[in-house]
Amino acid sequence: MTFALFGVVSVSHYLVVGAILFTCGVVCMALKRNAVGVLMGIELVLNGANVNFVAFGSEYLAGDGRSVLGLDGEVMALFVILLAAAEAAVALAITLNFYNNHATVDVDRADDLHG
Amino acid sequence: MAVAQLLPILLGIAWLIPLASFVAILFFGTRMGAHGKGAATVATSSIGASLFLSLVALVAWTTAGPPMPSPHHDEGHASVHRNNTDAGQSTRPVQAVVFRSPGHSAAGGSHASGHGEHVASASYSGDWYTLYASGALRLSIGWYIDSITVLMFVVVTFIATCIHVYAAGYMHDELHDVTDSEVQLATGEPLHREGRFPRFFQALSLFCFSMLGIVIAGNLAMVFIFWELVGICSWFLIGFYFERHSASTAANKAFIVNRVGDFGMLIGLMALWGGLGTLHFGDSVSSATGQVEPGLFELVRPAENHHEQQVPDGLVAFAAADQIEKMAAANPSRSELRREVAAAVPGWREQGYGRWLLFVAGLGIFCGCVGKSAQVPLFVWLPDAMEGPTPVSALVHSATMVAAGVYLVGRFFPVLTPDVLLVIAYTGGLTLFIAATIAVTATDIKRVLAYSTVSQLGYMMLALGVGGWVAGLFHLITHAFFKSLLFLCSGSVIHACHTNDMRKMGGLLKVMPYTGWTMLIGCLAIIGAGVPFVLGFSGYYSKDAILAQALLFSRTNPQHSILYVAVAGGAFITAFYMFRLWFMTFAGAPRDQHVFEHAHESPRVMTAPLVALAVFAVVAGWALPGGLGVESLLEQSRPAGTAETITTAGILGSITLPAEHESHVGAIHVTATLTAFLTALAGVLLAAAMYLKPLVSPAAVAHAARPIYTFLVHRWYVDELYNVLFVLPALGVARFISAIDTQVIDRFINSLAWIARQIASVDAWFDRVVVDGIVNVAGSVTWKAGLELKRVQTGNLRQYVMFIVVGTVAIFVLATLLFRTSFAG
Repeated sequence: MTFALFGVVSVSHYLVVGAILFTCGVVCMALKRNAVGVLMGIELVLNGANVNFVAFGSEYLAGDGRSVLGLDGEVMALFVILLAAAEAAVALAITLNFYNNHATVDVDRADDLHG
Repeated sequence: MAVAQLLPILLGIAWLIPLASFVAILFFGTRMGAHGKGAATVATSSIGASLFLSLVALVAWTTAGPPMPSPHHDEGHASVHRNNTDAGQSTRPVQAVVFRSPGHSAAGGSHASGHGEHVASASYSGDWYTLYASGALRLSIGWYIDSITVLMFVVVTFIATCIHVYAAGYMHDELHDVTDSEVQLATGEPLHREGRFPRFFQALSLFCFSMLGIVIAGNLAMVFIFWELVGICSWFLIGFYFERHSASTAANKAFIVNRVGDFGMLIGLMALWGGLGTLHFGDSVSSATGQVEPGLFELVRPAENHHEQQVPDGLVAFAAADQIEKMAAANPSRSELRREVAAAVPGWREQGYGRWLLFVAGLGIFCGCVGKSAQVPLFVWLPDAMEGPTPVSALVHSATMVAAGVYLVGRFFPVLTPDVLLVIAYTGGLTLFIAATIAVTATDIKRVLAYSTVSQLGYMMLALGVGGWVAGLFHLITHAFFKSLLFLCSGSVIHACHTNDMRKMGGLLKVMPYTGWTMLIGCLAIIGAGVPFVLGFSGYYSKDAILAQALLFSRTNPQHSILYVAVAGGAFITAFYMFRLWFMTFAGAPRDQHVFEHAHESPRVMTAPLVALAVFAVVAGWALPGGLGVESLLEQSRPAGTAETITTAGILGSITLPAEHESHVGAIHVTATLTAFLTALAGVLLAAAMYLKPLVSPAAVAHAARPIYTFLVHRWYVDELYNVLFVLPALGVARFISAIDTQVIDRFINSLAWIARQIASVDAWFDRVVVDGIVNVAGSVTWKAGLELKRVQTGNLRQYVMFIVVGTVAIFVLATLLFRTSFAG
């Protein structure tokens, strides 16, 4: 069995990177009390997913030279970036308003929507 | 013939004007002036307009000329029918042809002689509107006009006008709120109510309309309709003070007693309708076929039979239904059967088929008249009807209601068989005697007059029954004048004294001269006062005619001479009680000083009608030159075939119905006139001896004849008898039925209800516990789950992320495990 670090760079390596990024994002979302930090975590999660998309869409990484998925992965990644930008804009607007009302951006203080 | 078209229009309008007044007052009465004062004006002017039209009609009738002898022969009779196919609006003279035998041959009937001279006595009949037509059966609103119709229109509208004027004064109490001291409320206070002035005149108008409807009616069905309308109007008016128990009882009594008579009338109507298929009096044009259909008079007294009474074919066939059935069994062809039946009818008639039917029909119609005209045994309602206001009593007891019965007997006279007439005569004789004797001991001024009315109606019925067609109707008309006068006078007295009791009156002539003198005229008229053979009050002529006819009848039928005794005795009693009334009220010394001091003459609106009526009470019987008297006018419309003496072997034995004109013959006439004069004089003298100059003490007489006096004071115990015979059994049956109702039916229903309640309570328990329980549990579970789940929604963002992560991991692990188990194996 070849250790992955020494083998040919394949899709799996990218997937590991994506998973690390995703995990970091989730941990960041769960642990940060600052709303901006949470937003950053979201960006990490999304980009972790993006790495996966690009990796699965890469002709080169498919190994046998066959075009597997074409440009679909890259297009999907572009969509995600676009959505992330829009989402960041909305989220930052909410954060700003929250700050105006509560003089803080601590998400633990933001429990107005509790049941 | 212009008069043929004119009369129905004139009288028709005169008939409908009171209806218009009724409708107007019904809807707008309370808005007519203060408290409806204008209602009197509306009602009075409308009945006045009717009077005017009736007078025009009378002039038209008389100027059309008294019927002249015409050279018509029997063959020519048919051509008189001018066939007007104008459906419903046919105005067609029907010439009733009176057959007059050349030599006035006496008893035994004179129909043997052939074509003699004919006197056409005109009567007009036709239909305005057909209510119902089916085959030969036809009901319509139509007219039958002859001189009695015209005269009755004038009499009814004239008297009604007088009474309207009088009532406008008499009823003035009703213009404001009334305190009726005779009605005690539960609190012990007298009743205080609103005045009902318009309502009174509304009912009066309807009453006049109904009465005129009876008078003009062209068929028996229409008579019956208005007959009942008169009944309901009398119910309204007698019960005008309906809060008084006595008034509402009297109204109900009048209505219920009349129902008894009307039941008989319905039987008569059914017999005629079933047998003859027509209820028209005169010949009429069918709106469906345009054919002339013979009316009742033509059917019972056909022209080809010289107007001699015979059982009509229809009734014969009706009675011989069993024979026809036999024929039909043998012969199935319908046209053949019809021909055979037609051929057999004369034979059946000879055998007496249908004779009973005609008898029952006549008796049934008379039964209705017994109720309406208050004859024995149905006279008990009339004295109680005094509970109504006095103008109503005057109207009910003179020109309307009670007159309706006598009028119908007169109108229906040609159809009545001698047997029925005999029953009528005896009923009338009994009535006049009983009522006259009761009047002798009555002390209530209005009750004396009420019994006197009953008695006079008995006279009329008796006169009609003994063949005195003119005499009976003549007395009806003269009586209408003087009886309404007497009632209005008594009303004036009551108005002044505030009591009906004659024992508290006396000497009132000084304070009430108009009332007193006009009432004296009325009394003289009713007893038939006059200088024999020269001149007299109206009653003199009509009563003489009755006496003469009764005398003639008892001469020709000696077995029935008791009728004459009743008439002569009745004349004596009448004179006695009428002058007893007048002496007690107006003559002598005042018995009650308090009443006397408060008495006063009535206002002019009340005395003026008295004077007008008094004039007619004097002159109504006079024969005017040119055949314009009431008697000769009546003679013009004498029913065809009743002008001669006829002997029949009827169901009640052989009866000779003497011709009326023979009662004018010297011997009879002189005897009758002298009898009438002497009996009346004796009555007046006796009354004077007892009540004017106390030669004989009334108390002593009463004491000497104690049993008779008690018997009369209790009015022959008739009310008590009816109470025992009818009222108590009826109440007993009612109580029994009501016991069944409460004990059996109600209990059954109640137990059903109880069972239903029990079932329902079980059902309710199930609903409450089970159905509601399930629903409530579902609801509360949802509610509680919601409450619990609410706690998950902390609003803490980081917690949510934790949930997402944990959930994702859990799903991932689960999916991995499931894939293991499903694919690895």
